[in-house]
Amino acid sequence: MQTSFDTLTPLARAAVPVSSAAFAPELVLWEDTLPGGAHWSGRINRGTTLRFTDVEGAANLSALFYNVEQTTERYNMPDTLKAQHTAFLTKGHALYSDMGRVLCSIPEDSCGWHDSVCGLLDAARSQAKYGSGRYQELRNAMHRNARDGLLIELGKWGLDKRDLVANVNFFSKAVADDEGALHFDTAHRKPGQYVDLRFEMNTLVVLSAAQHPLDPNPLYDPKPVKITAWRSGIAGADDVCRRLCAENDRGFINTARWFL
Amino acid sequence: MPAQILESSLAPAHAVLDQVCAAGEPWMGRVAKGQVFRITDLEGNQAVDTLFYNAADIGERYSLTHTIQAQGGLYLGVGTQIMSSEARPMLTIVADTCGRHDTLGGACACESNTVRYALEKRYMHSCRDNFLTALASDAASATPTGLTKRDIVSNINFFMNVPVTPAGKLTFEDGISAPGKYVEMRAEMDVIVLVSNCPQLNNPCNGYNPTPVRFLVWDAH
Repeated sequence: MQTSFDTLTPLARAAVPVSSAAFAPELVLWEDTLPGGAHWSGRINRGTTLRFTDVEGAANLSALFYNVEQTTERYNMPDTLKAQHTAFLTKGHALYSDMGRVLCSIPEDSCGWHDSVCGLLDAARSQAKYGSGRYQELRNAMHRNARDGLLIELGKWGLDKRDLVANVNFFSKAVADDEGALHFDTAHRKPGQYVDLRFEMNTLVVLSAAQHPLDPNPLYDPKPVKITAWRSGIAGADDVCRRLCAENDRGFINTARWFL
Repeated sequence: MPAQILESSLAPAHAVLDQVCAAGEPWMGRVAKGQVFRITDLEGNQAVDTLFYNAADIGERYSLTHTIQAQGGLYLGVGTQIMSSEARPMLTIVADTCGRHDTLGGACACESNTVRYALEKRYMHSCRDNFLTALASDAASATPTGLTKRDIVSNINFFMNVPVTPAGKLTFEDGISAPGKYVEMRAEMDVIVLVSNCPQLNNPCNGYNPTPVRFLVWDAH
């Protein structure tokens, strides 16, 4: 018999709640707003959810995730996509590490599509697209690019470019045609759209709110992202992400074993 | 970019390296700037999981996102510049008789096999075990590269077919490769090549029958 949630021992099943909490204002732990182009990193523990909100309707949030207890374990784009037979992320999906565990999952999402394959811009390509934007002239309105933003944050944790892997771009949508050519969907983003990332592991979260690499806007005009951290608990036995597919049922079992 | 078939004029008799890699084995080698590197799918439908590193700086390595961005599309074929994490061309695909290669599917690992198939599948051989075998052997060699698990990033799967639909669905389909099909690339910098000749038996990426592949290298001409 193959292992599934229903075959677990009573003690292993008892470590899983019936459900995680639904969002409520009294569950909020803290809030912050990442200005457009800014970068951020922090430790988010198992059982906490980050709600990202596209305040103005044209934000992009590039993100990477690491097991904070063992940072060679990190978000793995191919493992995430092939386990769930999808090229994008939305409600019900889990974000897998390379070790077969769920770093975080998406129990709620008003956007419907988050890009997983397009990557980000570095300093040279950002400057080629948007021109120069130095601190000397612009002070804190200076241009920031996603790669340097992520590298700055990784550096704070003793990590470097060797730890930089394919990132998620929350809020952004790029569709592949039959030949594989990618087309950015500007109509996809709307003010107030949000996505919940519920953390199933103690995770180093690294973020940049710089523009998406395929964003056709020729101007440097990155938009802010509101972060709301709230206490949700982990995915329950009835959870939409756990129940999405047999693959996720097994991924959540692997994840629980890290903590049992 | 439509799949394009372009044959090579290079003769195996003139190659400076000619090695066969058995099914399910790792392979590690070096290709110098200007040399041409060919992978031949000897028996057909064989996924060849491949990573490239700048031989002068292992921190610069193959990047799927840079490669996708540079060509504005998902699939690799003739004309594709295989890009590094520093946004520089590492190799250029100069001949291809298969027509399409994947870079979204990554490599199989014991751990991802537990998720995708069953916890009980953990002990089957996998590409990541191949990569780590090659790196352990490399670390014990006279000239270690310094590569470790940290450096195993998302790879190219030559001869593998992973179509993405406009609705965003991603599937592993039967290969479009066949016996004797090959892909050939010219190195634009000195590169270290790390390969797992994929041992996956749980999906059609190897036609449920992993088989040998052949590596050839020609000097610049």
